[in-house]
Amino acid sequence: MIRLEKRPQPSRLWTILAPILAVLLTMFVGGLLFAALGANPFEAIRTIFWDPIFNAQFASFTRPQLLVKAAPLILIAIGLSIGFRAGIWNIGAEGQYIMGAICGAAAGLALYPSESVLIFPAMVIAGAFGGWVWAMIPAILKTRVGTNEILVSLMLVYVAETILGSVATGLLRNPEGRGFPGSRNFKQWDAAHNAEIFAGTGMHWGVVFAFIAVIGAYVLLTRHILGYNIRLTGEAPRAARFSGVRPARIVLICLGLSGLLAGMAGLFEVTGPAGQISIDFNSGYGFTAIIVAFLGRLNPIGILLAGLLMALTYIGGELAQLMLGVPGASIQLFQGMLLFFLLGVDVFTNYRLRIGRREIA
Amino acid sequence: MIANDDVSFDIGRGEIHALLGENGAGKSTLVKMIYGLVAPDKGEMQLDGARYAPTKPSEARRAGIAMVFQHFSLFDALNVAENVALGMETPPPMSDLARQIREVSETYGLPLDPGRTVGTLSAGERQRVEIIRCLLQNPRLLIMDEPTSVLTPQEVEILFETLRKLKAEGTSILYISHKLEEIRTLCDNATILRLGKKVDTCIPSQSSARQMAEMMVGSSFATPEARGGTAGEVLLAVRDLHLPAPGAFGTPLRGISFEVRAGEVLGIGGVAGNGQDELLSALSGERAAPAGSIMLDGKDISRAGPVARRGMGVLSGPEERLGHAAAPDMSLIENGVLTAARSEGMLTRGFISWTKARTFAEEVIAHFDVRTPSPGTAARALSGGNLQKFVVGREILQSPQVLVLNQPTWGVDAAAAAFIRQSVLDLAAKGAAVVVISQDLDELMEVSDRFGALNEGRLSQTPPVASLNIEQIGLMMGGAHDMEVAHVDV
Repeated sequence: MIRLEKRPQPSRLWTILAPILAVLLTMFVGGLLFAALGANPFEAIRTIFWDPIFNAQFASFTRPQLLVKAAPLILIAIGLSIGFRAGIWNIGAEGQYIMGAICGAAAGLALYPSESVLIFPAMVIAGAFGGWVWAMIPAILKTRVGTNEILVSLMLVYVAETILGSVATGLLRNPEGRGFPGSRNFKQWDAAHNAEIFAGTGMHWGVVFAFIAVIGAYVLLTRHILGYNIRLTGEAPRAARFSGVRPARIVLICLGLSGLLAGMAGLFEVTGPAGQISIDFNSGYGFTAIIVAFLGRLNPIGILLAGLLMALTYIGGELAQLMLGVPGASIQLFQGMLLFFLLGVDVFTNYRLRIGRREIA
Repeated sequence: MIANDDVSFDIGRGEIHALLGENGAGKSTLVKMIYGLVAPDKGEMQLDGARYAPTKPSEARRAGIAMVFQHFSLFDALNVAENVALGMETPPPMSDLARQIREVSETYGLPLDPGRTVGTLSAGERQRVEIIRCLLQNPRLLIMDEPTSVLTPQEVEILFETLRKLKAEGTSILYISHKLEEIRTLCDNATILRLGKKVDTCIPSQSSARQMAEMMVGSSFATPEARGGTAGEVLLAVRDLHLPAPGAFGTPLRGISFEVRAGEVLGIGGVAGNGQDELLSALSGERAAPAGSIMLDGKDISRAGPVARRGMGVLSGPEERLGHAAAPDMSLIENGVLTAARSEGMLTRGFISWTKARTFAEEVIAHFDVRTPSPGTAARALSGGNLQKFVVGREILQSPQVLVLNQPTWGVDAAAAAFIRQSVLDLAAKGAAVVVISQDLDELMEVSDRFGALNEGRLSQTPPVASLNIEQIGLMMGGAHDMEVAHVDV
């Protein structure tokens, strides 16, 4: 008989081994998938994981993309992970990301065409504020009337998408855009442009803030009493209340923080890589960040690595579509596999496999 | 791991045989083997001279062995008869079963209505359901695992009457307990286990409780000494404390009043589920109480939260160790931070000094003899007794002015329990006011200066322990009317 037996302590070895094993399993099963689709599995895996960084031909173009794609994922995932640690499930980061982008862009566009150096910082603050407000809706509903934050935050994504469609064709539409939907292009307005800090690296302000968020979250969770209280709330809610933690306060802080970071990510995206508010400005970063948060084991350093890995599969996936002609859906499947295997292998962190008869307790 | 090592004993027909031992002595494993839940690696059992080797409980039941577990397996939403039917392989029609239940309950003096919903029964009545379920099988051997831990003294008397009646009819009973006085009054013979080995046998009626306890722990342990210290000023005063029930299954507090003086231990008894948890939550500050109902040294602290109360020296230790008093997956160091972060100066502008936290955890471990591989070990990896020593030690080391403990020695072995009680007495001797909420009457008699009992969220008066006898205590726990004087329903 095969049984799972709870370990007295989570295994340190498996904590590190699980993500590595999950990546290897994903490569293996993903390889089978690509083979079934008629592509050479070894070539496919190489195209996804290796070529974006090391291929002589297009690495100079794809390498900066790594940071561009990873930054919003990391920024959002860090915020989400803090909430997840406390058992607060913000599934609506995508909505907060959109609202951050809209608010930040609107704050900037209201001052167009000023060239003041304060424009960009003001937009960052407005973006963070927009994401925060959007996250406070599920937070306040949860603390006041006890609604489920998963449902409310998820539903608000669709509300945000509708608002995005509306402002892209109405309120924020470029008055000089000859009636086309979409706002002014921030890339053509220096004061508001989130440009690369070092040319050719992909390093923009969002990347800087992502790194700051990683360090901040690490310090918060390991050194500060607030981070301790957040972890305590997630692990033993009753013990947290006994310790003196007010659950409502933790809900407001965690959702607020994740909204804030998602909003900022949205602003950095709209003023940088995306360039403008458009109907389909959002590209699923808010949802993918959930995978990143778990792939990184809700640990800031892990999220940094997971964000880079996820960005790699994005870029590599696009490359594979282009070079090998595999369908886009197979790339999404591939990314989903990563989370699937991680969660599966993760069981061994807390449990060990025992084969044979039950021991006498 | 060897839970039982070469244990042999025999039970005669119509004998009540006690199996005595500390937690972890191997009592449960032994009876699990008899009941067919676990198979022995070596050795054999004989039933009425024939070889007996059950591979599953249904075989054991067919052979005439029945067991009443410490934890009931009953469905709250079903009635008594339905619950009994669920445990049978071929239940008779409901009307027949109800009649049988009524017959058995009358024969053995266990009043029980088969139509009542189990959710409305007291712990004692639930146990009767379990016993009747067993008796319907006409067992030859009845195993009872810690049957009195949830009963009032009066209910214990009823249970003992039933068991004596069964014994007179020739049923053998294997009685597991660590309550020595009970074993002395009830059992014919006792087998004492320690660390999986049989260490001794005795005839309980001819041995003293102290002798048996020493056989059980293998060494003499210090019984807490009675103190004649004089109590100081009133430190904690609770006046007419009312709190609605926290949830569908909680108990409301209805006008609780008591005072505890410096250097005094107030024992609060009562059957589980009569407001113990709720009282602790109100005193620890987890739930705010109506203004004016909880006073510390004359100051109203009713609205203060746990952190503020700890700042004023009011500390507490909840009953549930894992998940309430401590976070299971966090290390002992982190669990030290849980209540001692501020009082032990671990925080500077919100940042935790893990060096100080580690030092504090090490201190608790050293002073309270917590057996753990390291302070970095997760709380859930510790045994119940060791974790309890840590939890109680964590509060005591912070030198509280007022300490409230709920079930401080629940599920803890005798040596650790004696140690915890002594620590509580030492703390009181230093001038703290201590409230001990417990279901173990022996414990309360040992440590308390005054005693009160909770019943349905009401607290009896709290007279000095010396003035009470066991009948009076039973009446207080049952919420008898002459004890109601001080309580008027609102």
